[in-house]
Amino acid sequence: MEKKELLSLSATALGKAIRTGETSAVEAMEAVLGQIRETESVYHCYVTIDEEAALKKAGQIQKKIQSGELTGPLAGVPVAIKDNLCTEGVRTTCSSKILENFVPTFSAEAVKNLEKAGAVMIGKTNMDEFAMGSTTETSYFGVTRNPRNPRHVPGGSSGGSAAAVAAEECFFALGSDTGGSIRQPASYCGVVGMKPTYGTVSRYGLVAYGSSLDQIGPLTKTVEDCAAVLEAIASHDLKDSTSIERKDTDFSAALIKDVKGMRIGIPRDYFGEGLDSEVKDAVLRAAELFRENGALVEEFDLSLVEYAIPTYYTIAAAEASSNLERFDGIKYGYRAPEAEGLHQMYKKTRSQGFGAEVKRRIMLGSFVLSSGYYDAYYLKALRVKAMIRKAFDDAFAKYDCILGPVAPTTAPGLGESLSDPMKMYLGDIYTISVNLAGLPAVSVPCGTDQNGLPIGLQLIGDCFQEKKLIQAAYTFEQIGKESR
Amino acid sequence: MAQEYETVIGLEVHVELATKTKIFCGCSTAFGKRPNSHTCPVCTGMPGSLPVLNKKVLEYAVAVGLAANCDITRYCKFDRKNYFYPDNPQNYQISQLYLPICRNGYVEIETEEGSKKVGIHEIHMEEDAGKLIHDEWEDCTLVDYNRSGVPLIEIVSEPDMRSAREVIAYLEKLRLIIQYLGASDCKLQEGSMRADVNLSVRKAGEKEYGTRTEMKNLNSFRAISRAIEGERERQIDLIESGEKVIQETRRWDDARETSYAMRSKEDAQDYRYFPDPDLVPVSISEEFLERIRANQPEFRTEKMKRYKEEYDIPDYDIEIITGAKHMADLFEQAVALGGQPKKVSNWLMVETLRLLKEREMDPEDIRFSPENLVKLIALTESKQINSSVAKEVFEVMFEENVDPEKYVDEKGLRTVNDEGALRKVVEEVIAANPQSVEDYRNGKEKAIGFLVGQTMKAMKGKADPASVNRLLKELL
Repeated sequence: MEKKELLSLSATALGKAIRTGETSAVEAMEAVLGQIRETESVYHCYVTIDEEAALKKAGQIQKKIQSGELTGPLAGVPVAIKDNLCTEGVRTTCSSKILENFVPTFSAEAVKNLEKAGAVMIGKTNMDEFAMGSTTETSYFGVTRNPRNPRHVPGGSSGGSAAAVAAEECFFALGSDTGGSIRQPASYCGVVGMKPTYGTVSRYGLVAYGSSLDQIGPLTKTVEDCAAVLEAIASHDLKDSTSIERKDTDFSAALIKDVKGMRIGIPRDYFGEGLDSEVKDAVLRAAELFRENGALVEEFDLSLVEYAIPTYYTIAAAEASSNLERFDGIKYGYRAPEAEGLHQMYKKTRSQGFGAEVKRRIMLGSFVLSSGYYDAYYLKALRVKAMIRKAFDDAFAKYDCILGPVAPTTAPGLGESLSDPMKMYLGDIYTISVNLAGLPAVSVPCGTDQNGLPIGLQLIGDCFQEKKLIQAAYTFEQIGKESR
Repeated sequence: MAQEYETVIGLEVHVELATKTKIFCGCSTAFGKRPNSHTCPVCTGMPGSLPVLNKKVLEYAVAVGLAANCDITRYCKFDRKNYFYPDNPQNYQISQLYLPICRNGYVEIETEEGSKKVGIHEIHMEEDAGKLIHDEWEDCTLVDYNRSGVPLIEIVSEPDMRSAREVIAYLEKLRLIIQYLGASDCKLQEGSMRADVNLSVRKAGEKEYGTRTEMKNLNSFRAISRAIEGERERQIDLIESGEKVIQETRRWDDARETSYAMRSKEDAQDYRYFPDPDLVPVSISEEFLERIRANQPEFRTEKMKRYKEEYDIPDYDIEIITGAKHMADLFEQAVALGGQPKKVSNWLMVETLRLLKEREMDPEDIRFSPENLVKLIALTESKQINSSVAKEVFEVMFEENVDPEKYVDEKGLRTVNDEGALRKVVEEVIAANPQSVEDYRNGKEKAIGFLVGQTMKAMKGKADPASVNRLLKELL
């Protein structure tokens, strides 16, 4: 198969082409590695790539496909893995200096599940350091650029994964989403990204940022791929006590082009001040498309939206401040040279090992947990979290899904966001309440702005209602294709 | 002067639970293995690892709580206690602060002053830390994470104790409850039971508590008693000389019989406790609670009562035997195997206690089986061995748990019951000791003892002393 045509295939289409012998896992891997050689110097999607290991693995998988041992939709398909997912024997840095040379002894459960499905890892993708950031600019290893326009950021924190999918440097990728880290870069890069219901994908082997909010999910070219990947990575894992046993993980069964009678709510609160008019228009056009195809679309008031950001940054930072304590220079990772005594070693290691944004959140998290402030900040945030969940419960009593923008704007230019962290935090307004409530949500492309930068449409479902989201997103994607 | 002061003591007792695996991972809790051989990503704090609660820990904690008359928290959570130290691989310890598993209990203690209830404020579950080993030679510190993640419960009492005697009685009571439950062997010396003493003094009759200190590093009941006396005197001296007691943590040095300040309240760390998001809250069902309740063993008080009714042994014996779970188990098993209660009790009360004391061992360390004890009693009762041989065999049995029947046969220790052979030896002894014979005949009763001894010696101990005595009297 011709290289350009091969690279343009979706993950499931490639899987099919490999199974039918039109191409092979090795050929696909070679094509992707060739593409990386051509464009990676511009985009910088990856932190670590082991070409030799990837090709070797592709060869092994190809044999298993030919022998009939592997028959799944992702067998032989090259995948990129976000660098906060542990990979046995392959360094896992979280894009931080403190883990620059850290090589895990085990692989994350989600990665193992992909291995079982026969997907072949290309390498580890760049991200905001420890997933803290919305632009992939806080990475110790340098920024990733948006393949749709390299002067712009790809979003974050799973920016490397989203950019790799958009740049055809992989066929699909895994990311993690704590406050929008899959959906927002998917939106900025014009790909599909889904954050599943909390507990659907095991967090074992995901280096924790905000444990109660973190969830692993797919970044793909199509909704069909999204369903196939989610189906592969979802599992009940006894090693993760927050993992949930689900019987409804046959997500591909929801790839039905039909939204007739589907009740879709549009929160007025998501269309207020701060929302870019081009984004607003694109999202409302999408809503209109749903209506034209038989969905019952109406506006409603979700409420509490303005409290989501302070609540999120309190809880996520509190958990992060504790989760990141283990990086101390004692057991693994970076240790500051020339430190006198234990305490100085801790201080120097962490001062030198962590970047500014990580340190800011550790400080913030330590503050909200400290004695005398715990009740006023952390406990209050937990109460607001419960109220936000309740507001969604009320909404889902009326609607099958909620429709809105993913982010207030399209991808900002490089260097525009870090100077004003508050502005950057505010950019998470439409995504974070989903994490606070533990809900599933998907980002699908719904157009571009006048500069050609992609706009994402967000569909939010009730807990365990990924299938409704997949059906809605799939329908929207297919209608879009036809009208083009 | 010191008599005007009342001592107020509360205890924090850590108990290592006897689970086979650690509290949040599947690693073994076995003691004394090669450093870091019982570790995994979870108990070494590797990035991406997650804890999962070992249900057995919950069972033990609830069982101890029920035995200590506590309310069981039906919806409990684990919290993270954040502090940096290399023995703590995540730099936070998973413990319970906000919703501990047990609260508001008490145990009843007996002292010379009578019985008294000591309140239990709470019992919580937590993980142990690793161990730091300083290598003097290389001038570096190494860490062994084999203990990291070993399950502990911390039992926090109310400040209800007023003397070292009450403290010891309380600790012994806790130890018995926990040993009876099989939840831990509770050895202070080995650290499977650790007690920190919170102590303050106040003038008799005062309502307010004085400023308290916390004493650590107490490795025996004796150290605890001495530390309490020492700390009480230190605080009274301070007050009498117009100084103030500072709220601080102190470390007891038992060799020097003194303590020194480790850290004061001012340097107290802010542990930034918060609920661990990696562990789902624990909901305790009625069924779970019922199952634990139904499986509670017979505790000491009930056991003492039953012994009194069932066995004809002295109260003192009952007290000693039921004073250690292993001892009581041995006794009951031996009796069940047909050992006469009085005889079994005698072996435990006399020889066993003697050897335990001699070897500075704990009753929990007794190695001989009830089967072998019963065999030994049978050998003695049937006069197949005499009592001094029996003691000799018992000592070997105590050391190595040998089968007394086999041992007696191997060593040829059976009493010679051949009347003819014995009579011959007695005749020889009489012939060889004319002076003693003479003395005996002249009314010196004691002289026969010497002759018995000579006969036993000639028989290499394998004679029944009563038979020897009878034969001697007959022949003289």
